Amino acid sequence: MTRFPPPMSLLAELTHRCPLACPYCSNPLSLDRRQSELETQDWVRILEEAAALGVLQVHFSGGEPMARADLPALVHHASSLNLYTNLITSGVLITQATLAALDEAGLDHIQLSFQDVTETGAERIGGLRGAQERKLAAARLIRARGLPLTLNFVIHRENADRVAQMLDLAHELGAGRVEIAHTQYYGWGLKNRDLLMPSAAQLDAATDAVVKARARFGNSLAIDYVTPDYHADQPKPCMGGWGQRFLNVTPSGKVLPCHAAETIPDVTFPNVMEHALGEIWQDSALFNLFRGTAWMPEPCQSCALKEIDWGGCRCQALALTGDARATDPVCARSDRHEVVVAAAEAGHDGDFAYRRFTGTGRNETG
Amino acid sequence: MSIAEDSIPGFTRGHRLQQDRVRDVWLIQAPEKAFIADPVAAAILRLVDGKRSLGTIIDLLAETYQAPRDRIAADVKTLVASLAEQKILSP
Repeated sequence: MTRFPPPMSLLAELTHRCPLACPYCSNPLSLDRRQSELETQDWVRILEEAAALGVLQVHFSGGEPMARADLPALVHHASSLNLYTNLITSGVLITQATLAALDEAGLDHIQLSFQDVTETGAERIGGLRGAQERKLAAARLIRARGLPLTLNFVIHRENADRVAQMLDLAHELGAGRVEIAHTQYYGWGLKNRDLLMPSAAQLDAATDAVVKARARFGNSLAIDYVTPDYHADQPKPCMGGWGQRFLNVTPSGKVLPCHAAETIPDVTFPNVMEHALGEIWQDSALFNLFRGTAWMPEPCQSCALKEIDWGGCRCQALALTGDARATDPVCARSDRHEVVVAAAEAGHDGDFAYRRFTGTGRNETG
Repeated sequence: MSIAEDSIPGFTRGHRLQQDRVRDVWLIQAPEKAFIADPVAAAILRLVDGKRSLGTIIDLLAETYQAPRDRIAADVKTLVASLAEQKILSP
């Protein structure tokens, strides 16, 4: 019998291979190589187990999921299981032919990332020449086929001044939705934090651009605005609560409650090659580590908001205090809140540490 | 928004009604989210197939639930208008 409510969403990170090298990538610092990736038949089984468990939506992600030749087959299989299929892509591998294959496989929706509205800005972040032109072409191909499109922009100090133009671009390209998401500081983003951190004035201007665009575009463009944690004094309900709504399967088959969870020390990361997905969701030590509220220290334990924010983000607490059980220091009630305040003021320009496979000096793409 | 009874509502691409057998609810699947359709909304939306007119849907519901057509029509039009506004249905 089910003891914990089943997950709503599966993030299927098919590969860590990616033609881009964004310095805020949500993948871990230690990337899975091609030879450690799951096989097609493993993903087929994961999709079947996810659907049976109660997952409603599968988000095919990476890395760049289109680097996997079996993506259309996996979309088709997920679709046949009545899972809502979403592709989270950089778009640089989209052509008439690759898009047609996904569309015919039953793909429901595409989230296409843009790094900036200017070619210079975009290529400085993504590290790939010609990427902006390919992304614009991809957006037009997607809309020409009538596929629903969400644009995603990650916001940081080098592009925060162009949020109004990003929203205009989303509207012009016919996207139904756009995400304006301030950088989250885990993994690569944490490594580059000071170089990505916007000033308080930039944040205010970005928020203002979103408010104005909502008035300008109304229902013709849905805008999801993800505000930055570090300038806040109340933590977000990370992943809607640990082990409550979401599971993530990495390219090598680890099952995680969030994409940064591999930083958590002293716990085994369950793998789909050894356990069924449902068993991992219900019974693994990892998924039960911070589930619910019993694990919470004070001041969280007696806080009226504990079932609103579920204690914020464990990976952030770990990264900033050295203790994954500590109160998320974003919270003003944390005795370590000053580390967040100081970091929010520490932004400066400089040279990024780009997302790379260690030891190669370049990104694997093939 | 007032919608004519000869209009043919359908789900827009990227949206669909789906029965969730695990949770025993009807859901509207949408880009990167899902909403629960309450039993009244689900009864209406199960008849939305992109072929039936609004008038036919109202007739079918009035017959099934043995309820006054005017009341059913008001409920159906309110729901369809609201979902059309959110671009979940095309009227």
